[in-house]
Amino acid sequence: MAAIQINLISGRTIQQGVSMENGKEKLAYRDACGILELDDVDFKRLGCFKNTNVRVSSEFGTVVVKAIGATQGPHPGLGWIPMGPWANALVDPNTYSTGMPTFKGTPVTVDAAEEEIVLDAIALITEECL
Amino acid sequence: MAKIVTDVVCPFCGTLCDDLEVALSDDGEEILEVYNACAIGAAKFLHSQAKDRLTRPRMKQEDGSWKEVTYDEAADYTANLLVDAKKPLMYGWSSTNCTAQSTGSEIGEEVGACMDNTATVCHGSTLIAVQDVGVPSATLGEIANRADRVVFWGCNPAHAHPRHMSRYSIYPRGFFTGKGSKSRKMIVVDPRNTDTAKMADVHVQLEQGRDYELLSAIRVAIRGEKLPDVVAGIPKEQIYEIADTLKSGRFTAIFFGMGVTHSLGKNHNIDIAIMVTRDLNDYTKAAIVAMRGHYNVTGSGQVWGWEFGFPFCLDLTRGFARYNPGDSSSNDLLIRDEVDAVFVLGSDPGAHFPVGSVKKIAKLPSVCIDPHITPTSAVSKLHVPVAFVGVEVGGCAYRMDNVPIETRKVVEPPEGMLTDDEFLQLVLTRVRELKGAA
Ligand code: SF4
Repeated sequence: MAAIQINLISGRTIQQGVSMENGKEKLAYRDACGILELDDVDFKRLGCFKNTNVRVSSEFGTVVVKAIGATQGPHPGLGWIPMGPWANALVDPNTYSTGMPTFKGTPVTVDAAEEEIVLDAIALITEECL
Repeated sequence: MAKIVTDVVCPFCGTLCDDLEVALSDDGEEILEVYNACAIGAAKFLHSQAKDRLTRPRMKQEDGSWKEVTYDEAADYTANLLVDAKKPLMYGWSSTNCTAQSTGSEIGEEVGACMDNTATVCHGSTLIAVQDVGVPSATLGEIANRADRVVFWGCNPAHAHPRHMSRYSIYPRGFFTGKGSKSRKMIVVDPRNTDTAKMADVHVQLEQGRDYELLSAIRVAIRGEKLPDVVAGIPKEQIYEIADTLKSGRFTAIFFGMGVTHSLGKNHNIDIAIMVTRDLNDYTKAAIVAMRGHYNVTGSGQVWGWEFGFPFCLDLTRGFARYNPGDSSSNDLLIRDEVDAVFVLGSDPGAHFPVGSVKKIAKLPSVCIDPHITPTSAVSKLHVPVAFVGVEVGGCAYRMDNVPIETRKVVEPPEGMLTDDEFLQLVLTRVRELKGAA
């Protein structure tokens, strides 16, 4: 198993929207958004199976999510986490004087973390902030 | 026989669908079924009925537990928090109606707040670009009737605005687009092969973050000038083809989303997308529309536009409105420790701001006004649940193309629950009392 470098972006999914409306404190929201979509090529480089928990780290933070196969791929070298607190645990808050944080295009490192768990949204934000 | 309420407006995304039908129980109190909505819209209506929904404000205790308080106590706490702060941030304003937005402005003026809406993490880049270069735009109705070239750039309506394509942009049979999707050529520009891209006639899979280069290359191609062999990962032949397709239509509509506003370049990515649209108007008719996210983020910009002259990033601390994104924008204010209290209504920065900013909110006196339990409510000192706008109270909202639509009340809120505006009125009255101006 090896740590790999990828470029990270985020965005909406129907599941993200539905689970958010059903309650961000619920596990369905975690299951919809606490994931990293990776290309097959990147799974090979990472040396682990699909549906394994992974640690994703950037200059700005670290988060554990479940790595799944890309549903809207192929996009080798590009990782994708649905919009939500898991993606935002990694994002550059710098706005370069535009007011807009740099949400897309965060360089991240991914490595397998099978023994770690993916926290729900409330537990994640509580652990990070309180 | 269920009672059917027709012409219901969906208060979720900027598509603001106004053709929903909601089936109610005989006594009119319970929502049984939602017709015509997408899965997200239906979830919003049905979740409002959840048995575990919070119906009273709650205050966080020292040990981290929550204690129920009355709305009056909550309004008193909120008013004191705002009056005591030197520079409070009043953020959100996108999932509520224009009336509540306007009451919020009155409070903001009284207490000298910084006020910002979700455009700050969404289409703020667009608003800056529009101020810089203007915008040739159109309503979704015009687009449904006329557009025969439709571009989705850095947006994925199949997931984010699920009925956009069926109601307005791709499938409807309009006056000049009688064959529906067959009348239109659909181009999707996205670094992923999204579900929207899979439906397109052409998917342009550019390298992530190279939007400016590609838009610039399209301008060159529209003029018939020379291009390098590859731009942003796209061969020049394809870029010339795109330019030809866009020029040869009768009406080109360009929709764009977070893929461009969030990537480096930010407002400049939008500047140049607008300039492409302007260039196309030398050959045909072209319009560009931002895929706004929250159902009434557009309204918030409208209300502040007519009240203060600026659509977001308002700084009212000097008694008049100043506007300077990068300085008066929420994330910059938080990261630089420039605000000393946070008030959030109708948005969830806890989930949608970079965690560095959320950490700052967690350290400050804070109130979150939101029907849901959210990461923001989890880090706030006071959580005030309110009625759902568009479900339990009506009010005006603006669609992504700046068309105002009056949302409808479908059912009563749980007994004793206040609406956003009712709660804000309590806060405003209390603020005025505290400031001795009542
Ligand atoms: S497309 Fe948007 S406005 Fe229309 S039903 Fe779905 S969520 Fe609601």
